[in-house]
Amino acid sequence: METPREPVAVDAALNEIVEQEYRFGFVSDIEADSAPPGLSEEIVRFISAKKEEPEWLLEWRLAAYRRWIRMVEPKWAHVHYPPIDFQEISYYSAPKSKEDAPKSLDEVDPELLETFEKLGIPLSERAALAGVAVDAVFDSVSVATTFKDKLSDLGIVFCSFSEAVRNHPDLVRKYLGTVVPPGDNFYSTLNSAVFSDGSFAYIPEGVQCPMELSTYFRINAAKTGQFERTLLVADKGARVSYLEGCTAPMRDENQLHAAVVELIALEDADIKYSTVQNWYPGDKEGKGGIYNFVTKRGACRGARSKISWTQVETGSAITWKYPGCLLIGDESVGEFYSVAMTNNKQQADTGTKMIHIGKNTRSTILSKGISAGEGQNAYRGLVRIQKGAEGARNYSQCDSLLLGDRCGAHTFPYLEVRNESSTVEHEASTSKIGEDQLFYCQSRGLSMEDAVSMIVNGFCKEVLRELPMEFAVEAQKLLGVSLEGAVG
Amino acid sequence: MLLKIENLNASVAGEPILNGIDLDVGAGQVHAVMGPNGSGKSTLAHVLSGRPGYEVTEGAVTFEGDDLLALEPEERAREGVFLGFQYPVEIPGVNNNYFLKAALNAIRKHRGEEELDAFDFIKLMKERAALMELDESLLSRAVNEGFSGGEKKRNEIFQMAVLDPKLAILDETDSGLDIDALRVVATGINKLRRDDNAIILITHYQRLLDYVQPDFVHVLSGGRIVKSGDKTLALDLEKQGYAWLETSPEARPVRS
Repeated sequence: METPREPVAVDAALNEIVEQEYRFGFVSDIEADSAPPGLSEEIVRFISAKKEEPEWLLEWRLAAYRRWIRMVEPKWAHVHYPPIDFQEISYYSAPKSKEDAPKSLDEVDPELLETFEKLGIPLSERAALAGVAVDAVFDSVSVATTFKDKLSDLGIVFCSFSEAVRNHPDLVRKYLGTVVPPGDNFYSTLNSAVFSDGSFAYIPEGVQCPMELSTYFRINAAKTGQFERTLLVADKGARVSYLEGCTAPMRDENQLHAAVVELIALEDADIKYSTVQNWYPGDKEGKGGIYNFVTKRGACRGARSKISWTQVETGSAITWKYPGCLLIGDESVGEFYSVAMTNNKQQADTGTKMIHIGKNTRSTILSKGISAGEGQNAYRGLVRIQKGAEGARNYSQCDSLLLGDRCGAHTFPYLEVRNESSTVEHEASTSKIGEDQLFYCQSRGLSMEDAVSMIVNGFCKEVLRELPMEFAVEAQKLLGVSLEGAVG
Repeated sequence: MLLKIENLNASVAGEPILNGIDLDVGAGQVHAVMGPNGSGKSTLAHVLSGRPGYEVTEGAVTFEGDDLLALEPEERAREGVFLGFQYPVEIPGVNNNYFLKAALNAIRKHRGEEELDAFDFIKLMKERAALMELDESLLSRAVNEGFSGGEKKRNEIFQMAVLDPKLAILDETDSGLDIDALRVVATGINKLRRDDNAIILITHYQRLLDYVQPDFVHVLSGGRIVKSGDKTLALDLEKQGYAWLETSPEARPVRS
């Protein structure tokens, strides 16, 4: 068979698909109540005062702030960006209606609801039908929480972080910063000083949360960093699945997002944490876009506990996150399923940390990286088997898919094994979407867009099937949309 | 005329491969296109189905009277042109059912027909799988992934059975098949022969034609058809091989 050497037409068509505009680029016109740009002790006190926080939390923030000013921004990630001026950023912004917080959806700013509508967020009736309790974070303050009553009947606490501080201070104080301690890293320390709001969930002993808990984050006000703090605790034998979805409107300035998520699973508890991250990636030239520098970590404290991270990362100009598990309890299980896609000038350096401490602990890592346009995608993962982790097992698989020849895929696995009885396996592959695969699909009547989307979704299938159903569908669409204009 | 090829010239990466092909294919006909390696058989198949990288430098192709060459590959497929691949492509993670449903519905939509729902689609799949004697378990596996050579070729004919094209171009569907697999594939093709569709069988060997009897046989050499005849031509080729093409006066291309 004669093989064409230069599939020029394919590249052109692929470029067309890749050059799709960001579909969620719109700005809501809601008056924000913002802090002036810059960071100082005064700002930390301002934030704490705004939120009417107790003294201990203010002290906690201040301690973090004092550490942070002595810290240096890390440079080891495989990403490149101009220096961030932390004094240029505003550290607090809340919708103005905060004074008299809405009691129900009817009281919520209609424009805000419209924004959610455009994003297809099932906040109102659809939330009920979909069985999803939504704690919507708009900029920095939660505006509506649904299903709270139903959940509280079971003793489940699911509310904004600020509310948790007010109503469940003991729980917050007991667990806050115990997985990601203040001072853990540059961005988590910054977050500890200035975090605005976020979600809190506590599932009491033996309770299985009957619905998926869900939060949609958005970043709205210009030049406003968003510093979310999420804390999830599953008590003994409890079970919960948590969904986090993100979309942000189009902005020209780069915006910093430095969230911290802490998960705690006690004996026999099971936490599933799913993320679909679709923040504004910047334009084709790499202008604008979110810097997503996030610290996510879970601690399997109790025996036989399990924490499973699933993430689909298609947005942000730069993604820099490593959801990890501390496998402390014997026979505890950590999982990390990831799809990371970079298109145009996007950069991602993402992966996980699995720290095996307890005996017979197990971890699975499945990472799928997709690079298109001039996107750069790095998998960075640490598997550490501590001395006492008798019989620990890890399996890692990292696959990369390249669309076109201007993008890059990189794999940085770190294996530290200090116990001879453990088993660690690592597999990696890199492949390219073939001109032959695309033509095969087209010759069956499928458009180039559908072909690319289908091939990419096929590549990610093992990860996507870990997502809750309604999220999986959204994620599949998102992969198609984010790729429009990519391949080669 | 279903398909009309006139003076088709095409090149790949600047190198001329097809040098003036003329061929008429009518509804209800089966044409066999034979020829030695490098004669341009597969190129013809790919040019007709619109593979990127194959450049038409001269000539015209009409399908049901319309310019076929102006269409994108997927548009040709939706108009009813099917290419059975010599080397079917694997698409990991995409299952056969899903793939074919998307393809069939793209074609149906183009024809102004309603998309098939899941139930009707599964019914159709089962029916066609039975017709092709295809193991249904293949349908829920990823497209061609881990299929044996024979399974891949049968899957091509199965896809043809589901998509029901007006013109099927089968590129060396017989290559790499043992005699049993060949019989199954040939039986499948025969079941799909109708008065209102046509098949172009591209093959190196005569043996497929023992099972699928062509109405016409064409011999391709140096990128043009040097001899056409009925099925007995294939038998002559079997006896003589392709060497005579180099020497026979009638095989010499006529320059215009």
